[in-house]
Amino acid sequence: MSGTELTVIWAGIIAFAVVVYVIMDGFDLGIGILFPNFKVGPDRDTAMNSIAPVWDGNETWLVLGGGGLLAAFPLAYAIILPALYAPLIAMLLGLVLRGVAFEFRWRDPAHRARWDFGFTAGSVIATFAQGVTLGALLQGITVEGRAYAGGWWEWLTPFSLLTGFALLAGYALLGCCWLIWKTEGRLQRQCYSYAGRLGILLLLAIIAVSAATPFLEEEYYTRWLAYPGVIATAQIPLATLVISVLFFRSLSKKQEAAPFFYALGLFGLSLVGLAVSMWPDVIPGRITIWEAAAPYESQMFMLIGAAIMVPVILAYTGWAYWVFRGKVGTDGYH
Amino acid sequence: MENDLAINLARIQFAFTVSFHFLFPAFTIGIASYLAVLEGLWLKTDNGVYANLYRYWLKIFSIVFAMGVVSGIVMSYQFGTNWSVFSDKAGPVIGPLMAYEVLTAFFLEAGFLGVMLFGINKVGRKLHFVATLAVAIGTFISAFWILSVNSWMQTPVGFAINDVGQYVPAAGWWDIVWNPSFPYRLVHTVLAAYLTTAFAVGAVGAWHLLKDKTNPGARKMFSMAMWMAAIVAPTQIFMGDLHGLNTLEHQPAKVMAMEGHYESHPDGAPLILFGIPNSKEKRIDYAIEIPNASSLILKHDMNAPLAGLDTIPDEDEPPVGIVFWAFRIMVGLGFAMLGIGMWSLLARSRKKLYDWPLLHRAAVVMGPSGFIAVLAGWVTTEVGRQPFTIYGLLRTSESAAPLDAPAVAASLLAFVVVYFIVFGAGIVYIFKLAAKTPEAHEPTPDDAPIRTAGITPAAAVLEGDHEEGAAT
Ligand code: HDD
Ligand code: HEM
Ligand code: HEM
Repeated sequence: MSGTELTVIWAGIIAFAVVVYVIMDGFDLGIGILFPNFKVGPDRDTAMNSIAPVWDGNETWLVLGGGGLLAAFPLAYAIILPALYAPLIAMLLGLVLRGVAFEFRWRDPAHRARWDFGFTAGSVIATFAQGVTLGALLQGITVEGRAYAGGWWEWLTPFSLLTGFALLAGYALLGCCWLIWKTEGRLQRQCYSYAGRLGILLLLAIIAVSAATPFLEEEYYTRWLAYPGVIATAQIPLATLVISVLFFRSLSKKQEAAPFFYALGLFGLSLVGLAVSMWPDVIPGRITIWEAAAPYESQMFMLIGAAIMVPVILAYTGWAYWVFRGKVGTDGYH
Repeated sequence: MENDLAINLARIQFAFTVSFHFLFPAFTIGIASYLAVLEGLWLKTDNGVYANLYRYWLKIFSIVFAMGVVSGIVMSYQFGTNWSVFSDKAGPVIGPLMAYEVLTAFFLEAGFLGVMLFGINKVGRKLHFVATLAVAIGTFISAFWILSVNSWMQTPVGFAINDVGQYVPAAGWWDIVWNPSFPYRLVHTVLAAYLTTAFAVGAVGAWHLLKDKTNPGARKMFSMAMWMAAIVAPTQIFMGDLHGLNTLEHQPAKVMAMEGHYESHPDGAPLILFGIPNSKEKRIDYAIEIPNASSLILKHDMNAPLAGLDTIPDEDEPPVGIVFWAFRIMVGLGFAMLGIGMWSLLARSRKKLYDWPLLHRAAVVMGPSGFIAVLAGWVTTEVGRQPFTIYGLLRTSESAAPLDAPAVAASLLAFVVVYFIVFGAGIVYIFKLAAKTPEAHEPTPDDAPIRTAGITPAAAVLEGDHEEGAAT
């Protein structure tokens, strides 16, 4: 295998880790975002229990994304992280608050309301920060030589705020659909009633972000809108439309699992759109994956590990989900 | 100047976040193994006391583990946010090792944790034991890789420097992973985690023995912990000595700082027990020393010459005061642990292990000793490596990210506030759980009422608590 191909494979693996993270922790964080709307007591307990056994595994994909970037594309890691300093630190602190809430709320009934608040605050902060990070990366980073050369507020623009809000809507929708699938009774009814509104919100956000992106950089404009490329890229909004229709239909038919998978589909398409904008750069318009790549020996050594371990990980993660399959109740999985 | 400030803030931030992080793994590596042993013994003997202890420590474990995870995620991003030049340069070597940690350890721990905590009644006893074992093995694998990374930064080998200044692998990965200080650091750190846990468990056992010396749970945990103390403490001191000899070979300046040797001693160096390092005058004030003992320990020859910091250029010297004191705290605690271990053997031989309040009080006092010792050990290691991040090659001042001081100051403040509130609360909850008497009738995992079938931590744990109440 040539070094060029190996680097493409690594870009694929990291993209895979990010996608898996976004959808898996997406529904965890989404439940955190919606949490204040659920009734104190059994409803909240059920919502929490539906993710308590799996959130840690879901979050580990973020560590693989970050760690993989350091290992396979050290230059990209070294430029992006300082450039997005503030949102990343905010994300980390948000994840701290969110993560401990799973344990602490049970340990301290007297202050449960506080840890519930921390759960929501942490989830909202982490989600918004992730959205901002994405937007800031897309809109471009100032680079000089091998280092970030902008100031510490460069990430803050209307576009990055827009992507922050868009991700809030998206994760909330995923969390909502997860609960439709995993719960029953009042909580499920409540989630059905939210899902439609969140779906509309997400579509509006997708439209706004898509409309803004081509105008961020000349390059994006030609990629998306110039003939003949537009014939291929136009398939993405078309597919989005089809899946949206299916999504709303599954809601009105009160299907249980389908809305979740259609919501995943909407996310998947947005991420494909992201790939169209970025490929083959890691830092759009500045640095390609090949410029940022670690040497062949480093990528090859890791590829062996990844080729063996990723299937094993998927297998036992699947098993853990299987163990906790079915509806969650306040008094247990049935 | 401005830049110096940003770098120093970044160092404080790294030291602060990693110190908090390490407190939790030091405990989880130990408790995970302890839980595996308890569950294994329970499966083998069917003795309920093991199952009760398992449930007792599982509740504490779940809190410590969660704090370890969230503080660890912060660490994996800190390299890039604050030490980006270091990340760019060292990434090709240390990055793959950390990626292996994620692939082989973190997923394993996280994947089986859910089943371990909430799946007690969803899978059989045997499968549940497998989940516990997987988590315990995961914590060990995690220590393996991250310590390999850290050791490579202390004793870098097997690399070349490419034309953009990156350290790239050049001699095969085996050499890089098994770099010269790694075997010592791995053994010493894992033993440290076991000792930390042994003294924490021992303190909880002793505390309950002081109130009721017949409590079977308290007796069992105290006895197990004291066996660990008696066996592991001397092993640790022995390994620490070997670790020090290895450091003398590869990082002599660090050992000079640990020993407080500002001057060279051509015919036998004294062992300075205590004193006050005076960095201006470059000498130890008020030193209490044993003549020639340092040469004896480090060279196994009373009269062997030992070089001092006068042979090291000033700009390559680590800060002596911090290293000197941190090292003495660690070693002092190591010997105190040995003392408790020996005392417990004496108590056992006199059949007074559960009936010697003074021993129990001493064990309670020593409860936090492991945590203090591991932090002191890391300060010795890391500050002793200064002023380099990659020893002898890349200076700390050349490793930092291009950040403005106010940005780092703001994030440092945020970390301090959030960590103290969140981890402070977590530590309070651990104390609350440990203050509860281990009951003889905590339901064994499988006997727990099906209705509370382990999915909800609340239901399972609270239900257990009711039963405890009923039993008293
Ligand atoms: C319970 C914890 C504990 C205890 C009782 C001891 N240590 Fe330790 N020590 C550690 C926990 C630790 C550690 C946290 O695990 C360190 C930090 C980095 C490392 O490799 O291990 C460490 C580092 C460390 C180093 C620095 C090595 C280097 O950076 O190159 C030396 C020389 C020793 N130890 C020696 C000792 C001796 C002679 C001890 C006996 C009295 C001792 N330690 C007790
Ligand atoms: C094994 C994993 C570890 C790695 C890879 C690691 C790596 C690093 C790096 C990159 C730095 C920043 C550069 C520097 O100032 O030298 C650092 C500094 C530091 N680390 Fe570690 N570290 C590890 C574990 C620990 C632990 C567990 C502790 C403490 C409990 C610790 C304590 C410190 C301290 C105190 C500093 C600051 C040193 C100074 O300011 O002079 N480290 N370490
Ligand atoms: C700077 C160095 C370090 C980094 C970057 C780091 C990174 C991490 C990360 C990302 C996690 C969370 C994994 C998850 O999502 O489940 C974690 C947890 C963990 N780390 Fe660290 N770590 C460092 C130092 C250490 C050291 C020195 C040890 C032990 C010797 C250690 C042992 C563990 C263990 C056992 C866990 C599992 C969770 C727990 O035990 O609480 N880490 N670490």
